[in-house]
Amino acid sequence: MKPISDTLPKRNLLSSQIDLSKFNGTDFAPATDEERAQTDVMGRSTTFFRDGMRRLRKNPLAMISLVVLVIIVLSIFIFPAIVPYSYDQIISVNGVRDMGAKNLAPFHYSAMEQAYMAKGGKVFPHIFGTDEMCRDYFIRVIYGTRVSLAVGLFASLLVLIIGVLYGSISGYAGGKVDLIMMRIVDIIYSLPDLLMIILLSVVFNETLGGDRLQGTIFQNLGSNMLSMFIVFGLLYWVGMARLVRGQILTIKSNDYVLASKSIGTKSRKIIRKHILPNCASVIIITTALEIPSAIFTESYLSFLGLGVQAPMPSLGSLANAARDGLILYPFKMFWPALMIVLIVLAFNLLGDGLRDAFDPKLRK
Amino acid sequence: MKSYIWKRVLLAIFTLFIISIITFFTMNAIPGGPFDSEKATTPEVKAALEERYNLDKPLMTQYFIYLNNLFHGDWGISIKTGREIKPTIGSRFAISARLGGMALLVSIIFGIIFGSLAALYRNRWPDRVIIFFTTLLTAMPSFVLATLLLYVFSIQLGWFPVWSADGTNYVLPVISLALYPTAYITRLTKSSMLDVLGQDYIRTAEAKGVSRSKVLFKHALRNALIPVVTYIGPEFAYIITGSLVVENIFTIGGLGQEFVTSINNRDYSMIMATTLFLATVMVAVNLLTDILYKVIDPRIELD
Repeated sequence: MKPISDTLPKRNLLSSQIDLSKFNGTDFAPATDEERAQTDVMGRSTTFFRDGMRRLRKNPLAMISLVVLVIIVLSIFIFPAIVPYSYDQIISVNGVRDMGAKNLAPFHYSAMEQAYMAKGGKVFPHIFGTDEMCRDYFIRVIYGTRVSLAVGLFASLLVLIIGVLYGSISGYAGGKVDLIMMRIVDIIYSLPDLLMIILLSVVFNETLGGDRLQGTIFQNLGSNMLSMFIVFGLLYWVGMARLVRGQILTIKSNDYVLASKSIGTKSRKIIRKHILPNCASVIIITTALEIPSAIFTESYLSFLGLGVQAPMPSLGSLANAARDGLILYPFKMFWPALMIVLIVLAFNLLGDGLRDAFDPKLRK
Repeated sequence: MKSYIWKRVLLAIFTLFIISIITFFTMNAIPGGPFDSEKATTPEVKAALEERYNLDKPLMTQYFIYLNNLFHGDWGISIKTGREIKPTIGSRFAISARLGGMALLVSIIFGIIFGSLAALYRNRWPDRVIIFFTTLLTAMPSFVLATLLLYVFSIQLGWFPVWSADGTNYVLPVISLALYPTAYITRLTKSSMLDVLGQDYIRTAEAKGVSRSKVLFKHALRNALIPVVTYIGPEFAYIITGSLVVENIFTIGGLGQEFVTSINNRDYSMIMATTLFLATVMVAVNLLTDILYKVIDPRIELD
């Protein structure tokens, strides 16, 4: 088909209309891909995530923390497979319970183990020694770290889900719904959280304790752990909900949301495309900083004897148990304390790094 | 301003009301009654006791009776010891208040000093040393810190007695309670001090030839301390909950230790009384802090 300009007669001599018949066929051929690439002088476009990661990588403290956390996470999965002891297993030599393996110092062996080794048997070394109930302390610390980390992650996940749902409903709905929902948040916010947690965990412990949980999916979790999650779910989400609501209110009033609305975008798409991605950084940062505070709370409760159920160790309950022999066996206090400080410090620094990288506006 | 205060007071009262409901009804949800542990109770005696303490009435009535007694200064009796709770709380709180008050004072004084130093020597070694320690300290739970201090200074060095049951030696407990808030106040003071030092009125004062110390103390510090006031409420909460473990570790017979003992003994009426009491203190302090904050800085918007 001929272009229209060829068929139309030239109306005016002075017109700037191009007479295409004067050009040959190749002059207006589209550029090849190669030629296009040559004119492309812009850098590769970067996504929000990649940009943040680039900034995070430049932060040495955050990167060191990340490495420390990766090492800790790897070790809580690798060591239980290597070390032949279990967290609740009393050390036995050749199938005989070794009652002399009580409170051994690191890399020491009991009399029975030494006799066994003299006969050519192999005994895996007790890297951190053993505890007062003849259990290998290293594996207990590893499991304790595992439990504490799991509690921290799961609790922050709970806070994340409840807080984001509640906050976004309240923020997006606005009006009376928002007012009532936020009053509830205000009241929960002003409750003294740790006191309420202690009180509620005592109650849940008693009501859920014994064999009331037998046969349910929570059986393995134990009543203490379950009650801890319940109180976290009940009390700790309010901060997140407030934050998300505030974010949504500011984003909702932005011009691009108005523009999007004015061209008739559905509200579902506005939430998904404009509001949620802009909340993401704040939500990620808050969750990262929520983990250490959950670990703090867990260790505090375990220290008071309200945490995980024996024989399951957590870092707090290990530290609590180590108080009894503090004068004679200070190393038993040292390891769980060191792990708590390392984990919390690493998460704090990583959270700070994430905040600086993903949301420079929040920086103080 | 007046309506703001009224709103806050009402919210505080409502919060206390909620707390009392939660504590009362959760405590009653626990299986077992206060007289189950008594050995020789015949059914008749038990019934008489229950009638005496109104336990035979419906729960709602019991709640209002409890509340009524509370307002008349009757906290009930401890399940474990059978003694009146009120005098116990009174005497124990005196000890805790002394400990907490000292920790509060120490943390505020040192926090402000270190924070100002860090801001004045920004990016030089005093700043770096201070920030290093505050970062480390904010990652340390109070019980780790308390045991560490106990181990190093009492057991290894022998500078302080391990058992301070006589209640005279407060040095280590106060340090272990105060270190975390000190670190927090230091960071807070540093950032707000830096903020203030960059303001125009500081430059104006310097341009007028006001002496350096006067600029720092009269113009900078006074304004930099406003955000620190907001932390007093959370710090109170921290010190109260922190003292639960610190008193236990150092065996100081304060309210915190009483609380922990009552948890371990499952002494419900005692747990409830202490929770309610401490919660009231916290809510009241929070209320006062909020109002104080608005009073000293009129620029804050009242919402």
